[in-house]
Amino acid sequence: MQTKPTALKILDVVSLILLGISTYLALFFAPTEAVMGDVQRVFYFHIGTAWVGLLGFVIAAVAGIVYLITKDMRWDRFEVAAVEVSTVFFFITIVLGSIWARPAWNTWWTWDPRLTTAAITELIYIAYFMLRQGIEDPEKRARFGAVYTLLGGLSAPLTFMVIRLFRTIHPVVIGNASAAAEGGFSMTPDMRTAFFFALFAFTVIFVDMIWHRLRLGALEEKVEQLKLNTSL
Amino acid sequence: MKAPSPSFFKAMMAIVRKDLAAEFRSRELLSAMLVFSLLVIIIFNFALELDVKVRESVTAGVLWTTFAFAGTLGLNRSMAVEKDRGCMDGLLLAPVDRSAIYFGKAISNLAFMLVVEAIVLPVYSMLYNTNLFQPGLLLVILLGSIGYIAVGTLLAAMSVQTRTRDVMLPILLFPIAIPVLLAAVKASSGFLNGAEFSEILAPLNLLVVYDLIFIAIPLMFFEYVVEE
Amino acid sequence: MIETKKLVKRFGLKIVLRGVDFSVQPGEFVALLGPNGAGKTTFLRILASLSRPSLGEVTVANYKLPDQAAQVRAKLGVVSHLPLLYPDLTAEENLRFYARMYGIDEQEKRITEVLNMVGLEHRRKDLVSTFSRGMQQRLAIGRAVVHDPEVMLFDEPYTGLDQDASEMLDDVLRSVAAKGRTVVMTSHDLARAEDLATRFDILSRGVIVASARHEDIKNTNLLAFYKKAIES
Repeated sequence: MQTKPTALKILDVVSLILLGISTYLALFFAPTEAVMGDVQRVFYFHIGTAWVGLLGFVIAAVAGIVYLITKDMRWDRFEVAAVEVSTVFFFITIVLGSIWARPAWNTWWTWDPRLTTAAITELIYIAYFMLRQGIEDPEKRARFGAVYTLLGGLSAPLTFMVIRLFRTIHPVVIGNASAAAEGGFSMTPDMRTAFFFALFAFTVIFVDMIWHRLRLGALEEKVEQLKLNTSL
Repeated sequence: MKAPSPSFFKAMMAIVRKDLAAEFRSRELLSAMLVFSLLVIIIFNFALELDVKVRESVTAGVLWTTFAFAGTLGLNRSMAVEKDRGCMDGLLLAPVDRSAIYFGKAISNLAFMLVVEAIVLPVYSMLYNTNLFQPGLLLVILLGSIGYIAVGTLLAAMSVQTRTRDVMLPILLFPIAIPVLLAAVKASSGFLNGAEFSEILAPLNLLVVYDLIFIAIPLMFFEYVVEE
Repeated sequence: MIETKKLVKRFGLKIVLRGVDFSVQPGEFVALLGPNGAGKTTFLRILASLSRPSLGEVTVANYKLPDQAAQVRAKLGVVSHLPLLYPDLTAEENLRFYARMYGIDEQEKRITEVLNMVGLEHRRKDLVSTFSRGMQQRLAIGRAVVHDPEVMLFDEPYTGLDQDASEMLDDVLRSVAAKGRTVVMTSHDLARAEDLATRFDILSRGVIVASARHEDIKNTNLLAFYKKAIES
């Protein structure tokens, strides 16, 4: 039974510190946005969590393909870890988005492409966990999981494109000036600092959590193994 | 050896003919899909109060919801038939490419779905005194059904192997099939409301892209789903 | 004709087969005996190319599994306790379907031959759903020999059959084996196995614990041999 590796302990501390700094930057350092006021501050974490959420789903799809090629169960554990952590982050993204949308768009929810795609993506990964739960053979579970994350990863961008055909009011913060009317805004240098720092902080936190989840997966397997040994 | 492997095409067609022959005899699947479709339309009629004005904007949505529900019913049943008596093993034991099995099942599933659609369309036209037989709409229905069945056949092969198989298919299929269903709704209502072709082009393109991707993926990965 | 070396099959952490060394000469009829959960069905599924070995080598009809599965499948006939037949098709339609799946040229001639062999010629136009369990099982054997395989695998073919049906199945199995085919049959019915097989192998807890030729145990009896093997 190994104890927590030192590197992971360090990463835990670093993650906490980064989260603290990022919170400070978002809540105090960055200037108050002129039109929307303080509620705009959720934007930094909103983007931070969204970024790692999407990153995780892409990683999961890639890990799935690698698993199907190599048949190495470690890739399956990696895929599960990525999906699990991302599902949580993505949920936070949606909640934060909702908090921001209430004053900005005057509604908690709107059927905008990004929101809808985010919601459907969450549903895809909830279905993913239900699928895995229904299969006993671990290899079959891994294969089905890999195929499903791949399908999900391919269908999510198409969902986005198709809903865009219906309508959108979500602001495009980076690289689109005309979005101002829909709640978009241009960032000052200080905002930019907070923004990029949030991206960086959440990436580190993401890595930290994946690492924890992988370790948990390995420990789970060990427990299974011990149970099997005693039952024989 | 007097048993050479059959060609890809022959194996695929053998499965299609087998499914159609069995269905022609029992009519289990088609009758269930049809009755279900009509019930869905009746429910929509009252739930949405489909008077002339409302109908214009929701016909495409009602049709595709009906097709999607009936489609899952058919997909589930068609795979369960293979699974229940070990027939899937029978298919896998044959010296044929696994993708031939996939295409065989997908083509017969598509045939069932198209038959249902071919009956629902005139019934709907008659009930609501509209004409749904427009070449554009028929094309959309074909493209949409292809994409839906392509990914549905793969997912049905997965869902029948799970413990919760009766409820699993729609949960797996709907979130993945949203692009094809919504693009089909958009294109269908475009044709029905006489929109400019340039407006319909975007969803049509998406339908084609979806179809290509979700035929290619099962082609590559079907064996991982059926083999142990 | 069939050979496995150090064959291991794991389902996740559970090891079902732990290094099976097994070899069958052409024309042998091997009964694979063992208690429930010994891994008989898993072993047969691997020989049938339906399941992949986790470790070890498998050769069937001079081809390696799983790499040359297609070649193996062309020479292999499998009967399981499920009939693998479509109830909504007639006897001849079922056979015709499988004949097509094996790319057989003179289908109609072969179908008649097979139906005569399993004694179902008079029912050829009847739906399989109207057949008794015994008749279905005979037709299942017909299905398995439609492409005249060199190697046959039977997985508990007597499951669910009454006395009469079992006796008729005996005759069919004998005529199948009489053509110089190599046969492996799993069973827990020792009496039936003793009648048919030329060799008995005993699988217990994922390994072959004993093997004897029919003539070697003439003087003792199969039951004593079986019990001794299981207990050792």
